[in-house]
Amino acid sequence: MSGPSDFQPTNPALKWIERRLPIMGLMHSSFVAYPTPRNLNYWWTFGAILSLMLGVQILTGVILAMHYTPHADMAFKSVELIVRDVNYGWLLRNVHAAGASMFFFAVYIHMFRGLYYGSYKEPREVLWILGVIIYLLMMATGFMGYVLPWGQMSFWGATVITNLFSAVPYFGESIVTLLWGGYAVGNPTLNRFFSLHYLLPFVIAGVVVLHVWALHVAGQNNPAGVEAKTEKDTVPFTPYATIKDMFGVSCFLLFYAWFIFYMPNYLGDPENYIPANPAVTPAHIVPEWYYLPFYAILRSIPNKLAGVVAMFGAIVVLAFLPWLDNAKTRSSKYRPLAKQFFWVFVAVCIGLGYLGAQPPEGIYVIVGRILTVLYFAYFLILLPLLSRIEKPRPVPNSIADDVLAKSGGKAAPMVSSVIALMVAAGLLFGGADSARAAEGGTKPPAQKWSFSGPFGTFDRGAMQRGLKVYKEVCAACHGLSFVAFRNLAEAGGPGYSVAQAQAFASDYKVKDGPNDQGEMFERPGRPADYFPSPFPNEQAARAANGGAFPPDLSLITKARSYGRGFPQFLIDFFTQYQEQGPDYIVALLQGYEDKPPAGFNLPEGSFYNNYFPGHAIKMPKPLSDGQVTYDDGSPATVAQYAKDVTTFLMWAAEPHMEARKALGMQVFVFLILLTVLLYFTKKKVWANAH
Amino acid sequence: MTTASSADHPTRRDFLYVATGAVAAVGAAATVWPLVSQMNPDASTIAAGAPIEVDLTPIAEGQDIKVFWRGKPIYISHRTKKQIEEARKVPVASLPDPQSDESRVKAGHDQWLVVVGICTHLGCIPIAHEGAYDGFFCPCHGSVYDTSGRIRQGPAPSNLPVPPYTFVSDTKIQIG
Ligand code: FES
Repeated sequence: MSGPSDFQPTNPALKWIERRLPIMGLMHSSFVAYPTPRNLNYWWTFGAILSLMLGVQILTGVILAMHYTPHADMAFKSVELIVRDVNYGWLLRNVHAAGASMFFFAVYIHMFRGLYYGSYKEPREVLWILGVIIYLLMMATGFMGYVLPWGQMSFWGATVITNLFSAVPYFGESIVTLLWGGYAVGNPTLNRFFSLHYLLPFVIAGVVVLHVWALHVAGQNNPAGVEAKTEKDTVPFTPYATIKDMFGVSCFLLFYAWFIFYMPNYLGDPENYIPANPAVTPAHIVPEWYYLPFYAILRSIPNKLAGVVAMFGAIVVLAFLPWLDNAKTRSSKYRPLAKQFFWVFVAVCIGLGYLGAQPPEGIYVIVGRILTVLYFAYFLILLPLLSRIEKPRPVPNSIADDVLAKSGGKAAPMVSSVIALMVAAGLLFGGADSARAAEGGTKPPAQKWSFSGPFGTFDRGAMQRGLKVYKEVCAACHGLSFVAFRNLAEAGGPGYSVAQAQAFASDYKVKDGPNDQGEMFERPGRPADYFPSPFPNEQAARAANGGAFPPDLSLITKARSYGRGFPQFLIDFFTQYQEQGPDYIVALLQGYEDKPPAGFNLPEGSFYNNYFPGHAIKMPKPLSDGQVTYDDGSPATVAQYAKDVTTFLMWAAEPHMEARKALGMQVFVFLILLTVLLYFTKKKVWANAH
Repeated sequence: MTTASSADHPTRRDFLYVATGAVAAVGAAATVWPLVSQMNPDASTIAAGAPIEVDLTPIAEGQDIKVFWRGKPIYISHRTKKQIEEARKVPVASLPDPQSDESRVKAGHDQWLVVVGICTHLGCIPIAHEGAYDGFFCPCHGSVYDTSGRIRQGPAPSNLPVPPYTFVSDTKIQIG
């Protein structure tokens, strides 16, 4: 901190304000004149990235709240309406949903950076503890936000996480009831989670102010871990740190935009495209990737209370770090042993993250226990021990010396560690994916789709034929309740005219009312109407289908998936492979066998399907050759029907896919240009400092 | 800072700064667009604002009904001979918002008055068949409209607007 600012505005109006509220002086001393160590590397830009992410999440969150309905019966639908109907709703939703992951990704790097360079050591203990508090608040906020779409994972995640508190002796059950506001997770739970999810980010912002304040009192740590002593050790925050942060942020935005525009569902669970159902638990409850290491710790311990204590302990222990690690040398650069163990610790965390996504059985449990012990041993045994026995290398006399000593030849390790981190993060992201692998059912072959890849568009002919197949075959049992007739005439859709959509709608009978006599009546469909469902409710649907509920098909291509396994899911990230759902559905429609293989016990009323998990499906073979007549001369075969209807359903699940990819291309061109410009501007600015 | 070495490459440096700043500004402006655009009515709201049809047969002479179109109340009055005469008798030039009754109804359907029932003062709903002119009276601040929905007294600046509508048949109109 440079003490009271000597900043004086020249404009008389500003002068008048400044005398009464010295806010410009505060800003100037904090973000312009503030002396920042001149040897900071790019790991330090994650502080700026985190500020950006907090802003992005608050801004998009406030906007999404304008369109979202926090009610158990309407929440899921309102999220779909945001994505389908609100102007740029799909963009705002993707920015917010991927934003949560980016926020955690950045915070983990920020924390590991603090760990490596000893940023928690005297005099920055309070700064560090404030950071741990922010992290805890982020976890609570992220968890509650994930509940709001009210899909299956939302609901069951909420159930499992709130039940953690039932481990508390004596009061457990009462605490859980208090959290739920009912006898189970339900509408009151959703309402309060929404309220808190809106509140907590502002609490985070408040603690961030304290965090930055504490930072500006103690001064920034730096890779050398020696305090800035003279003018020569520092540069003014603006323009030096500002331009460097802007370049870092721009690179980060490229990474972020990849998810927003090309891989919006890569980080999410397909199960969450199924509306919450309190009667059915998904086969694997997997939290979002950023909670996985702690989830693994929870599951490693065979006692309920001990497991919960260990999980929270794993976070709380961070707050005691300044006193667990007594070493005088801050930066691990000069601590040969601490440096190696740091990377072991990183590996342990990633390993725990991977295990958190695996089913809790066999070898996974054993390895999970070993890694849990290692996690705690790092903090409770290793760090205290190292501070006694380790002989650190000599640290440079000053930051200026450090800069002089390493001019040149430091870029390579930087790049390799960035790559290592990317791969590690991919491993963690993909961990959830492999949980779904090998759940019974053969892996569907990957198909060629016109809509895959960054330039993918829908094949209009296939969509129109697919609509016909849906109407003549699927619609007998399956609804399409999020698709309106007007959508058929929208850009990026099957390419019908408004009049055609209107004519199509008028073929349907739609229930309306009540009229002036208070009675419901039927009228021809209008473009604004949604596809009517074949059954009035789930009970009727089950009664007519031997107890099975034919799912609504609006989101089916996003709600069905299969694990791609390691390392395929990593490759998928780069090839933008997103078509697990369509691949599965097209395979399922063609995967019927008249006779189950010998030894397979097919239950009464089920049919054998190669690709259905468990192979016994209640839906009879829906398609046969020649069943639907095509007017455009396409072959009337099951293979063609399956492909067409899947294409149509892919569009039904994401009507704005073409807009997403097209805008993505523009954003990428822009961001690459900006990043290049910022890079050269940064070089130019820093040329003065060296 | 920026002037320290600008003597070396003044143009290149300035160009770089200006270009970077300009590109960043374009990006910021483009980002604002979706953030504002989302506030406009969404596609389902727009679709729900499609034209509606209203059957006029149940409305007896001297009665009126209120229907909703795009969230607005629309008054449909079946006017009596006396009401039509009252509306046509008054010299148009003497009105605060001069409009003839003929221009506010469809030719050949002079008995039907269709107006948006929202007071042009500050948006309250006027009450039909009240006020000194046998038309509408707004209870909020006392605006009085005549049998043609024209403002006659009070703070409202203009006549009740006529929504777009057409006669589909003699007994049916389409609003919108
Ligand atoms: S709103 Fe009708 S008179 Fe003021």
